[in-house]
Amino acid sequence: MDLQLLVDIFPQVVLDGIILGFMYALIALGYTMVYGVLEFINFAHSEIFIIGAFVGVELLLGLQSLGALDAVPWPLVLLLALLVGMAGSGLLAVTVERVAYRPLRSAPRLIPLISAIGVSFFLQDMIRLFESLWHNAFNLVYPTIDALNVRLELTRTIDVPVKSLVVILAALGMLGVLWVLVNRTKVGTAIRAVAEDQAAASLMGINVNRIISLTFLIGGAMGGAAGVLFGVQYGLINPYSGFIPGLKAFTAAVLGGIGNIPGAMLGGIVLGLLEAFAASYLSLLTGGAFGAEYKDIFAFSVLILILIFRPRGLLGEVVRGRA
Amino acid sequence: MIRKPVRLTLALLAVLALVALPAATKAQGSKGTLKIATQSPLSGGQAALGEGIKLGAQLAIEKFKGGLEKAGFKVDLVPFDDQAKPDVGVANAKNIIADKNILAVIGHLNSGVAIPSSEVYKEVNLAMISPANTNPTVTDRGYMNVNRVCGRDDVQGAVGSEFAHSTLKAKTAYIVHDKTTYGQGVAEFFKADAEKKGIKILGFEGTEEKSNFDPILTPVKAKGPGLIYFGGIYDQAAPFFKQASEKGIKARFLGPDGMDSSDLVKIAGKAVVGMYYTTAAGPVTVFPKAKEFSETFKKKFGKNPEPYAAEAYDATAIALKAIEAVAKSGKMPSREDVAVAIRKVKHGGITGEIEFDSKGDRKKALYFVMQVANADPQKWGDNKLVKQLTIAPPAVKK
Amino acid sequence: MIQVVLAVGLVALSAWAVASFPRSVLVFLLFQGSLLFAYVARIPTWLRVGLLGTALLVLMPLIGFFNGYYLEVATQVGIFVALALGLNIVVGLAGLLDLGYVAFFAVGAYSWAIPGSPHANLIFGGNAFPLPAWSFYAFLLIGLLVAAGTGILLGLPVLRLHGDYLAIVTLGFGEVIRVLANNLDKPINITNGPKGITPIGRPPLPFGVPYSEGFYFLVLLIVAVVIVVNRRLEDSHIGRAWEAIREDELAAQAMGVPLVRSKLLAFACGASFAGVMGVVFSAKQIFINPESFTFLESIGVLAMVILGGMGSIPGAVLGATVVTVLNLQVLKGLSLWLNELKNAGVVVFGYSLADLPTQLEPAKYERMIFGVILILMMIFRPQGIFPARRRARELAKQA
Repeated sequence: MDLQLLVDIFPQVVLDGIILGFMYALIALGYTMVYGVLEFINFAHSEIFIIGAFVGVELLLGLQSLGALDAVPWPLVLLLALLVGMAGSGLLAVTVERVAYRPLRSAPRLIPLISAIGVSFFLQDMIRLFESLWHNAFNLVYPTIDALNVRLELTRTIDVPVKSLVVILAALGMLGVLWVLVNRTKVGTAIRAVAEDQAAASLMGINVNRIISLTFLIGGAMGGAAGVLFGVQYGLINPYSGFIPGLKAFTAAVLGGIGNIPGAMLGGIVLGLLEAFAASYLSLLTGGAFGAEYKDIFAFSVLILILIFRPRGLLGEVVRGRA
Repeated sequence: MIRKPVRLTLALLAVLALVALPAATKAQGSKGTLKIATQSPLSGGQAALGEGIKLGAQLAIEKFKGGLEKAGFKVDLVPFDDQAKPDVGVANAKNIIADKNILAVIGHLNSGVAIPSSEVYKEVNLAMISPANTNPTVTDRGYMNVNRVCGRDDVQGAVGSEFAHSTLKAKTAYIVHDKTTYGQGVAEFFKADAEKKGIKILGFEGTEEKSNFDPILTPVKAKGPGLIYFGGIYDQAAPFFKQASEKGIKARFLGPDGMDSSDLVKIAGKAVVGMYYTTAAGPVTVFPKAKEFSETFKKKFGKNPEPYAAEAYDATAIALKAIEAVAKSGKMPSREDVAVAIRKVKHGGITGEIEFDSKGDRKKALYFVMQVANADPQKWGDNKLVKQLTIAPPAVKK
Repeated sequence: MIQVVLAVGLVALSAWAVASFPRSVLVFLLFQGSLLFAYVARIPTWLRVGLLGTALLVLMPLIGFFNGYYLEVATQVGIFVALALGLNIVVGLAGLLDLGYVAFFAVGAYSWAIPGSPHANLIFGGNAFPLPAWSFYAFLLIGLLVAAGTGILLGLPVLRLHGDYLAIVTLGFGEVIRVLANNLDKPINITNGPKGITPIGRPPLPFGVPYSEGFYFLVLLIVAVVIVVNRRLEDSHIGRAWEAIREDELAAQAMGVPLVRSKLLAFACGASFAGVMGVVFSAKQIFINPESFTFLESIGVLAMVILGGMGSIPGAVLGATVVTVLNLQVLKGLSLWLNELKNAGVVVFGYSLADLPTQLEPAKYERMIFGVILILMMIFRPQGIFPARRRARELAKQA
C-alpha cells in the first residue's frame, strides 16, 4: 500500500465528495419540502428533477443552433437555463400534485406513494416519447461551454473545474433563499402552519391547497435547478438518469432528517463524502479485494448505523414529531 | 339483488366476451405467414441498444424477404420487449414458442435474459441468433438452436490486450468496467491476458455509476497509467473518458465493441478522438456492404446505428437465408429444420464472413482495432482501421 | 340461483373458448375473469371451492398443454402472489413499510442456486456439487430458514425506526444485498457476480410430469400453504398484535404487546415466503444473476399489495394477479396486436399504420401505460380492489 498516494489524493477526494454532496443536497431539498408539508415521499421527484435537465438542454441546444451560445456571456446563458429549468420542473410538479396527489390527500399514506410511482413510470417514458419524436434520440448531451470547463489548479494535486464551483455556489444560494423564504416571510409562515396542522391552518384563513401547490412549485423548481446543474456538470442525460440520483438524494434527505432544510444539505454532503471516499479508497486500502463498486454498500451501511443512533436523522429533532 | 362487486365483474366479463370472440376468430387468419421475433429491451434504461437490435432486424427483413415472398410466404417481424428482465424474457419466450409461425428469434441484449430464455426456445428447437450476448456460457452449453453473430468476451478481451501490448507498447494499464456480464467479462479477460503479456495492471475497478466518475478517476490520475481500458457500453464510457480527459489524465483509451457508436463522440467530443476500440463490425474499406447498411439505416430511421444493430442485421439475414433454404420445398418450414439449416448457412454479412461452428459460435471471428478519427458524430464512418486480427473461438472446456 | 348458473356457465364457456382459440389473449383473460367471478359470486361454498379447484387443478394445466405461455403466466402469477402475501404481512398487517423486500427473494434464490449448481465447487473445492436434484425439496425449507434469518437480521437494527426512516433503511438493505450479489465474485467467488449462476438443478418430478406443469403445481401448492398460513396468522394473537402495532405502537405496547418480538416475527414471516419462492424461481429459471433482484422489483411487489388492498389476503392475491397479468399478458398482447395491424397495413382514419414512425411503436410504451393505470387505480379506488374489511370501514368513516 502506497501511503504517500493515499495522502496525496485526500484533498481531491474531499473536494469530489463535497461537489457530489451539493448535487444530492439540491435534489434532496425537493423531497424534504414536500415531505415537510405532506409527510409523503414524492417518488416522482427524480423525474421532475430530470425534466429540468431536459428543459435546460433544449434551451442550450436552441441557442446553439441559433449560434447564440458563444455570443452571449456564459453566466447569462447559465442563469437563463437555470430559470427555464426551474420553471419547467416547478410547473410540472404543481401539475403532478393537482392530477395525481390531491385527489388522494385523505387516503392512507401509502396510496399516494403508489400513485407517485405511476407518475414516475409515466414521466420517464413520456420524456422519451417526446425527445425521440423531437430529436430522434433520447440520450441528450449538454453543449460544452468552454469557460465552465476551465480547471482551477489549487495545488499540484488538487484542481477543480469552474462548473463545480458553480454547483456549490448555486446550491448554497438556493439553500439560503429557501431558508429565508420558509423562516422569514409570510408565505413561509403559512407553509409551516400547513405543515403543522392543515385543518387549523385553514381555519386561520390560509388557503391550504394554494400553499401545497406552492410547496410543490418551490420543491420542483429546486429539482429543476439541480437538473440543469447536473446536466452541465456531467454532460449526458437520458429520461432514466434521474432515478439513481433521486434515490440517493432521498437517502440524503432522510439521513439529514427528512422535512428539515439544513438537514437535507448536511445529509447530501455526508452522503457525497461517503461515496467519494468509498469509491476512491476502498480499492487502495484493501489491495483490490473490495473496490469502488462497494460504495453504495458503504454509504447505506453508514446510513443504517447513523439511523440506529439517531432514529430521526442527523438534524431530525428540530422538526415537529407527529407521534 | 346482485352485489356491487359481482355486478362489476359481470359487466367487465360481458365487455371482454364481446371483444374477445371476434378477435379470437381473427387471430387464426392467413396461413402462409412466417415470423421472426426480436427480443430486446425496448423500454427502460437500456432501450437505446435494444431498439438498435430491433431496427437492425427490421431493416434486414425488408431487404431480404423478397425470396420468401416470391415463394408465396409473407414475412413479418414481431418485436418483443424483454425489459432487460429475465422473468419477462422467459414469459415472452413462452409466448413466442406458442406462436407456431415464429421460426427464429433475434436476441437478446443481456446474457442474463438470453440464458434462461434460450432454455425455453430449446424445448421446441426454435433457433435463436444472438447479436449481442458475448458471455461464453451462452454457447458453451452446446445447444443446437443457440447461435451468436457477435464475438465472445474471452476472445475480444484478448484482442484488446494483444493490441495494447504489441502496437501501443503499453507498460501499465488501469481497467474500469461497468459491472455487467458483458463489461466485467471482457475486462477480466483483458486483464488476464494483459498480465500474461507483462503489462502491469495498476487498478481494476467496477462501477455501476453512470454520471459522476470523479471519485474513481482521482486514484487513476494519481497512479498515471499508460492505458485505460473501459469494459462497457458507450453511454457510460463516453462520460467516463470525457471526465478523465477533463481531469487532465493523459493515458491512451481503449475499449471493446460497446464503444462502436457515433454517440461516443457526440457525448465525449474531443476527449475520445484518438482512442481505440475493438470491434467485429468491419469498417467500410473492408466491407463495402457495411456502408450501404449504415446509409440505409440512417435514411430510414434518421440516426446512426447503435452497437449491435449491424449484428442484428446479419443475424436476421442468416435466419432468412436458412428459412429460405428449408422453404424451397414449398411447405411450411419446421423450427427444427430452420435451426439445423442455420448451422449450414454461409453468409457474407456486414460484419464479415459468418459461418457457425458446432456450438453456434462463429468459426472465425475477424476483429478490427479502430481509432476514432473525428469529433463530429457524422464522420464516425471515417474512423481509421489500425489493426486486423482473426481469432477462432476456444473449444468447449469440459 | 342465477349466479350459480352464471358462474358455472362462465367458467365452462371460457374454458371451452380457450381450448378453441388457444392463441387469443382476450379469451384467456375471459377465463381469468370467470375465476374472479366464481370467487365473488354469491354461490354455495362447496360450489365455489369446486369450481376454483377444477379450474386451477384441471383446466389450467390442460390449457397449458395447448399453450405453454399461459401456464408460464399462471406460474409467475403464483410466484408473485406468494411474494405479495409475504410483503402483505410486513406492510399490510404490521404496517412496516419495506422497500427492499426483493432481497429475501434473492437470498432464497441464491441459497439453492449455489449448492444446486457446479458453481459451489469453486467455493468449497472438490467435486461434491451440484447436490443431487432431490435435495431441492430440502432446500425449500433451507431457503425459508435462511430468508427468515435474514429478515431477523434486517429487523434487529431497525426496530427503533418508524415510517420513512424504516423505508429508506429497507431500501438500502435491498440494494446492499443486490450489490453484494453483484460483487461477491472476488475475493472469494460466492455468487459469480453479474455473470450469474447456471445451470441450476431442477427437482425430480413424480410420474414424469413435464417441468412447466410440475413447477405450476409446485407453485400452486406453495401458494395454497402460504394462504392457509396467512389466514391462520391473521386471526391469531400474533396477527392481532401486528394490527395493533400498525394502528398505534404506543397503545399496543401499553396493552402488553411485545413490540420487539412481534416486529421481528413479521419480518421473518414475510421474508420466509419470499425465500421459498426464491428457491423455486432459481430452479425454474436454471440461471440467476443479480439483474432479477433490482429495486424496481421490490416496488412492483409493493404496488401489488397496495393495488389489491393493504392487509387483505384476497387483495394481495388479486393485486399480484392483476399486475403480473397486465405486464406479461395484457400490455404485451396489446402491443403485439397493434404490431399485427401495422404489419397488415390496416388503415385508420385514412392513415396507414404501416407508415407509423418507429418512435411511436407500442411495444416501447408498455411501462408508460402501466404507470397511468397505477395512477388511475389509486385515484378511483384508493382502498384497493379487495380492501381488508377494517380498512374499508375506516375509509368509509373518513369520507
